[in-house]
Amino acid sequence: MSAADTTRNIAGREAAPPRPLLHVILVRPETMTLALLILAVIVASQLSPFFLDINYILRSFTLSAEFAIVALVFTMVIIAGEIDLSPAANMALSACLFAWAQASGIPMPVAILIGLAAGLAMGALNAFMVIALQLPSIIVTIGTLTLYRGLAQIIAGDKSIRVPDWFIGIDKVLVLGIPVPVVIFVVVSLLLGLILAGTIFGRQIYQIGTNEVAARYAGIRTRRIKLVLFLLMGLVAAVAGMMTASRLGSVRYDLGLGGELQMVLMAMLGGTYIFGGRGTILGTFLAAWLLVVVSTGMTVANLLPAIQLTVLGVLLIVAIIATNFIYSRTQR
Amino acid sequence: MSEADATPLISARDISKSFAGVEVLRGVDLDLMKGEIHALLGENGAGKSTFAKILAGVHLPTRGTLALNGQPVEVTNPVVAQKLGITLIHQEPISFPDLSVAENLVLGRSEDGWFSKVPWAEMTREAHRYMDLLGVHIDVTRPMRGLSIADQQMVEIARALASDSRLIIMDEPTAPLTPREVETLFGIARRLRDEGRTIIFISHRLEEVRALCDRVTIFRDGDKIATDTIGNLSDADIIRLMIGRPLKEYMHKHSATIGDVALEVQGLTLPGVFYDIGFSVRHGEIVGLGGLVGAGRTDVARAIFGVAPAESGTVKVNGKAAEIEKPEDAIALGLAFVPEDRAVAGIFRTLPVEQNITAAIPGKIAPAGIIRRAVEKSLAQDAVKKLRIRLASVKQPIGELSGGNQQKAILARWLLADPSILILDEPTRGIDIGVKAEFYDMIGELAAQGRAILLISSEMPELLALCDRILVMAEGRLTAELSRAEANQEKIMSAAVPRSQRVEEAA
Repeated sequence: MSAADTTRNIAGREAAPPRPLLHVILVRPETMTLALLILAVIVASQLSPFFLDINYILRSFTLSAEFAIVALVFTMVIIAGEIDLSPAANMALSACLFAWAQASGIPMPVAILIGLAAGLAMGALNAFMVIALQLPSIIVTIGTLTLYRGLAQIIAGDKSIRVPDWFIGIDKVLVLGIPVPVVIFVVVSLLLGLILAGTIFGRQIYQIGTNEVAARYAGIRTRRIKLVLFLLMGLVAAVAGMMTASRLGSVRYDLGLGGELQMVLMAMLGGTYIFGGRGTILGTFLAAWLLVVVSTGMTVANLLPAIQLTVLGVLLIVAIIATNFIYSRTQR
Repeated sequence: MSEADATPLISARDISKSFAGVEVLRGVDLDLMKGEIHALLGENGAGKSTFAKILAGVHLPTRGTLALNGQPVEVTNPVVAQKLGITLIHQEPISFPDLSVAENLVLGRSEDGWFSKVPWAEMTREAHRYMDLLGVHIDVTRPMRGLSIADQQMVEIARALASDSRLIIMDEPTAPLTPREVETLFGIARRLRDEGRTIIFISHRLEEVRALCDRVTIFRDGDKIATDTIGNLSDADIIRLMIGRPLKEYMHKHSATIGDVALEVQGLTLPGVFYDIGFSVRHGEIVGLGGLVGAGRTDVARAIFGVAPAESGTVKVNGKAAEIEKPEDAIALGLAFVPEDRAVAGIFRTLPVEQNITAAIPGKIAPAGIIRRAVEKSLAQDAVKKLRIRLASVKQPIGELSGGNQQKAILARWLLADPSILILDEPTRGIDIGVKAEFYDMIGELAAQGRAILLISSEMPELLALCDRILVMAEGRLTAELSRAEANQEKIMSAAVPRSQRVEEAA
């Protein structure tokens, strides 16, 4: 064997060669999401000229903005290796408490604080069961999603609770021509994206999700980080609940019903790995837009709601297959 | 070797295997005869396990052919292998812990339909028969859970017999066994050979290979280097063939000035796991902790480091009583712990090497919580250079590195934390001989810098070469403390063997 051969063999045994840069950039789930988004916009603009109007897309987005905002935090929870399926129910219960409080004469700022506190408390209850009692988060949050929704129903009954007129219409307020919920979504995306990619807190979220045991051995405060995530989830869900109340003008117990599914869709379409450790805010950001364009496009094309659901289901499954394929190809 | 039949049981020709473009096995030709015990030797990553897994249908070869009794066969999966009479026995047997031994024995045999009745009585009878055949006493109605690893291996061997395997592959079967269990295993292996079966024996321990095997095949870097009768090769020949260069004398004894007591443990007890553990480690000193697997050594280390704290007892660090309830506490006191099981407790497999290296020093790479990429990269690259970690890029996922280099990266993680007390749990397990030597040098150097080192190891030569003092544990208790001068393999072993067994031996 020549010397050159020997070197190659040793290198081959010690470590696989690095992937080419282009490969690293192109073969990642977010690229897939972006490609799908561009494709969706092209197809949708064929269906209706409205889609070439950015204002139309922005207005459509306000209908999903609350879920999209929560989906950003949801993404971080999944990267940390946990899941929280209760935020949509949390939105309903915190909005109901807020609406009930202000309707029974409590001053508005206090009512808002009650709503936020309720959201935090719901996040804390999830955290307690997952972290202190060490129960699996998927079961815990399926339990609390039912519980929170049930409590919302007890508080609100089957009536709508009105909110004051001045509180209505956050989605109609524009900043630089952009509806406020969209602005909030973009700002929160930037903020969380920077935190996840550039801080120790974000770094440790990935480490916990990749290998929680190794994280503990490395002295990472895994419980504290998970607590922060569940609390953040509760707080952001409460904010989203009140934003929904403002957009709809009244609160019912079924506010945000089924929202957890949308959040799962956004995170998965954005390439978040369901078993933790991988995913980005950028992916979820793009996926939120993708989902809005696809659902609005289907409505514009007069597709039956039943078919729309089927399309979303297929989209989700394709995304999961593609994500898993990409991860299995790029990382051993 | 069998005289009856000269046709090889297995003929492998030009067997090659690549994983993701990396060739791990190149053009291997090998004939396995009937009635022989054939050893596969080589460093980790040399290709011996890959070859065995190809025979057992776990991996498909990228190229090459296999013939069984002269007939070409394709072993596409383990079930096919089983049907062809090839069984792979895992080092730590994979079984269904809650099913009985008898049920585990017949697993994978499904001639009956899904809903046919389970023939319990017949199954138990049959299981008894195989246990008798092997001459081992295992209650086949007991669940697998709670059986010793040796007994679990026996069940696997019985399973091979139950499906009348002609080729039984044992991948490092002796690593977790006591010497007595090894003897039993060898006796059974020889009997199976005398029945005309073929056994592949993979081991790192040359003396075992010499005691048991008829022929050896040596692998290096994915190539088959040599096949010969064991009698024709000396140990030095074998090592030279395995590493492709003469073995450097790596067992230096370091000399460090031994200072004050750094770590002192008293009366440490975790009921059911370990009892009344007391010892001390001084600055500049390497203290070995020997014993058999399962003696509680790792549990003591985990307790000291706060992963699973002890129930009673005290730990003093630099003379001050320390309350260590979680790893953060231990790290803050200047402790570091390189755990035994890299994959489970060490690496973040899919994350870049640099993030793995800097995981324990968030304060250094991110003074205000915001990561300074340049600082991180330069710290990681310095560590890579210093520890000679072989990789393509620090941005590479650590899972792409070889085991030895992963282990170096974990050591690098802790060295960056600049610990004064370092606990190393089997730091060289599963590492090539060449890299081992580097580790020994590093450990000696770390002690010379004045760090206190507690070295847990199952390899007696390692303990004897490196340690100033050697503690031995058996069944959760300290059974010996030996100075370097008085320590030798026999003394360590006799202290390491569980008392129940020692009583038996005395009788």
